[in-house]
Amino acid sequence: MNPVNYVYLAALLFTIGAAGVLIRRNAIVVFMCVELMLNACNLAFVTFARMHGGLDGQIVAFFTMVVAAAEVVVGLAIIVSVFRTRHSASVDDANLMKL
Amino acid sequence: MTALQLLAATGSQNASTGEAVQFWVLAVVAVCGALGTVLMRKAVHSALCLAATMIVLAVFYFAQGAYFLGVVQIVVYTGAVMMLFLFVVMLVGVSSADSLKETLKGQRVAAVVCGLGFGILLIAGIANAKLNYFAGLGSANAGGNPEGIARLIFTRYFWAFELTGALLITAAVGAMVLTHKERIEKRKDQLDLARERVRKGEHVTPLPAPGVYARHNAVDIPALLPDGTPSELSMLPVLRERGQERDVSGETVHRLAELESLTDRHLGREPKATYRPGKRPALPGQGGGEALAAEPDRPEIEGGETS
Repeated sequence: MNPVNYVYLAALLFTIGAAGVLIRRNAIVVFMCVELMLNACNLAFVTFARMHGGLDGQIVAFFTMVVAAAEVVVGLAIIVSVFRTRHSASVDDANLMKL
Repeated sequence: MTALQLLAATGSQNASTGEAVQFWVLAVVAVCGALGTVLMRKAVHSALCLAATMIVLAVFYFAQGAYFLGVVQIVVYTGAVMMLFLFVVMLVGVSSADSLKETLKGQRVAAVVCGLGFGILLIAGIANAKLNYFAGLGSANAGGNPEGIARLIFTRYFWAFELTGALLITAAVGAMVLTHKERIEKRKDQLDLARERVRKGEHVTPLPAPGVYARHNAVDIPALLPDGTPSELSMLPVLRERGQERDVSGETVHRLAELESLTDRHLGREPKATYRPGKRPALPGQGGGEALAAEPDRPEIEGGETS
């Protein structure tokens, strides 16, 4: 097996996550799909690190994880505060700025 | 570990057979988990599917010589991040099912088409790239993988690492600011709540407790009103929205009718009421007959059986 298959898998997971972001309405599930996309990127980075024989790819994946953790903390806080005011976790219900 | 290191050290075009088998088995699991994340209707199931995918990715990191990242993936992602998700699902998502109504017409189909097109483009791009030679991590991991990563983080990527610390602190403060609620008005005490309730005039008395007689006093069984119908007020709305309501009204009315007919038979009394199938047994002073009529498999109870 050529290790490039890992990159194909990462592309597939990223695509599924992107489609999920477009399809789902529940803000929490949309967030999980974003996490899935970030994880797919990490897999690609780790595979590239192996391809080039250096650890830089792994460092980038590590930073991605840190940024993802920060993003989850702030994003979930936003979801909770929106839920408090609008009593809904659906992305369609936060439409105050709609004409 | 040494086997894994050897496995990752082989800088060549092909991975070993063991890794190939592992890849093809676990890739299926990962893709199924990803699809489950997108397609499951309940947010909790999505979260569990995502956790499965993340664990599989951690195994892939191990297989590719990224031992440190594999452990971080399990500890940070499946440990911390997914638990955070589950907590928020518990806070928010219990009664919030995803609506199937489309706000934008045809959005779902368009999203699937976009996803397919994007995936085809991405995979075709990878297929066209010349990704044949894999150097392997043999030399990079020679002094140990965590040591190598530490060396890079604290030398070449030092500034990025420092900025990451600032980012994490900002995120923590931001989360606290966003979820903190300043109390503007006075906290309502019992007197205020009682006054408010009387002023509203909807339910001045306490709500009825759930449960039926002495047999069913679980919270998922609504109390019965005098005419045998379940009382909506006696149950948590959350349980009803989850579909966990257990309605025993028909059963109880049926048992009562049976008991009365037995009593009549035992005392040799002329039955006061006749219980006909398809008709609610006429309880003393009650009318109506919908509850029993809805259940066709109920055995017939004829009051005049013995006479």
